[in-house]
Amino acid sequence: MKFSTLKRHFKEGARNTWRNGWMTIASIGAVTTTLILVGVFLVLMMNLNHIANELEEDVQIKALIELTAEQSDVDEIEENINDISGIESVDFVTKEEELENLMDSMGEQGQAWGLYEQDNPLNDAFIVKAEDPLETERIADQIEEFDFIYRVNYGQEYVDTLFKFNEYARNVGLVLIIALVFTAIFLISNTIKITILARKKEIGIMKLVGATNNFIRWPFFVEGMLLGILGSIIPIAVILIGYYFLSQNMAILQQFDFVTILDFYPFALQISLIIVGIGASIGVWGSLMSVRKFLKV
Amino acid sequence: MIKMQEVYMTYPNGVVALNGVDVTIEQGEFVYIVGQSGAGKSTFTKMLFREEIPTKGSVVVNNTDITTLKWKEVPYFRRNIGVVYQDFRLLPKLTVYENIAFALEVIEESPKNIRKRVMSVLDQVGLKNKARFIPDELSGGEQQRVAIARAMVNHPALLIADEPTGNLDPETSWEIMRILEEINASGTTILMATHSKEIVNTVKKRVIAMEDGMIVRDEHRGEYGYEV
Repeated sequence: MKFSTLKRHFKEGARNTWRNGWMTIASIGAVTTTLILVGVFLVLMMNLNHIANELEEDVQIKALIELTAEQSDVDEIEENINDISGIESVDFVTKEEELENLMDSMGEQGQAWGLYEQDNPLNDAFIVKAEDPLETERIADQIEEFDFIYRVNYGQEYVDTLFKFNEYARNVGLVLIIALVFTAIFLISNTIKITILARKKEIGIMKLVGATNNFIRWPFFVEGMLLGILGSIIPIAVILIGYYFLSQNMAILQQFDFVTILDFYPFALQISLIIVGIGASIGVWGSLMSVRKFLKV
Repeated sequence: MIKMQEVYMTYPNGVVALNGVDVTIEQGEFVYIVGQSGAGKSTFTKMLFREEIPTKGSVVVNNTDITTLKWKEVPYFRRNIGVVYQDFRLLPKLTVYENIAFALEVIEESPKNIRKRVMSVLDQVGLKNKARFIPDELSGGEQQRVAIARAMVNHPALLIADEPTGNLDPETSWEIMRILEEINASGTTILMATHSKEIVNTVKKRVIAMEDGMIVRDEHRGEYGYEV
């Protein structure tokens, strides 16, 4: 396509958007409403995902070694664990370190465990992390098979529940977002269809003088894109301001090393781009859908 | 230029528009098509720029068989055919200049060439001084001249005029006829559907008369009329 033609399409698309007045405002309103809802869901989902990932990262396998194991046995176990595929790290902890960790984690009361320092009932252990947290169970099962492994521990029930919850939340969010997007596309295509009726004659003349369908589509493509982009301004503003205040307040909670939400930057940039992207796609799709019918002659 | 063989056309609602049409029109001819409303004139002309496709038979225009023409090729096929209607079909919000330039923008002509060709064709129809007017500011005859200019600006080999003088007073009609004859003199084939007995009998050309979807008479330098 020639540059002058492209320029013409953009000019034409912008002019139509302006000329359609109230219809344009109605379309932008539909996009705006949708994008605010989609945006809020996206913020929730992305943060939930982030939290889930953080929690998943904490999932580790603790393989306790039999008290009777010799150093050579321990070396063999380590070798065997390293042979399993999908292992991120293997660390050896002695029972002395284990006891210390235990005492630390229990604070004041933990000091009572100090009595055991002379006769430590704990086991030496390997702490194993999987590259993909979802692989944890498979790896744990394999380790359990090795000789001189007393017990394998990875918080089975807790991990299963966490994974299930994450998956559930992701699916529900996705379905809702898709449903919202389709509603918006439908609304836009209907609004634009009304404005096209007025331009039916123009399209007819374009076809008469030999315009290709793509040539006729272009201004509508531009118009849809503009509607989508204009419709995403308010949602982006609302979400960025909201998220900014949220992250300010969360900073206080985060001192307690509770859950963390995504940092304002670069999250703000990402979510803005996603919202503009969805908005433009909705606009373009809706617009091209409505023009389709008029191209058949 | 145009060759129709055994052309039948039945609309989905059962109306038979063409009932076995055979005709050959050579490059550079000027042909009137006459006949009552509903005789098949419109379907006949629409087929020539593939707005309709025959249910049976073959239609070859400009060496292109429209029955086998691919959908994507239709726009390019139409660029070689100019069409003028009784109701002008101009875009009301665009100026005369823009209306004509539109036909060239659509085929992605360069802005420099657009300017040159629009001015030249405006000169040809005698409307150079009205380039900046919008259609509503012009008389009917002037609007039809703009429509003719738009149809001609691509230098098509064939100009189809569907009752071009139908909405015009006699005097203006003669003006349109003079322009069409000029265009024909430069080698463009012209096919004109008309109801004007006066024009057909004065500006003598080949006359094809249609009735009930059939050609009932085909005479060179013929007279108006479609009774058998």
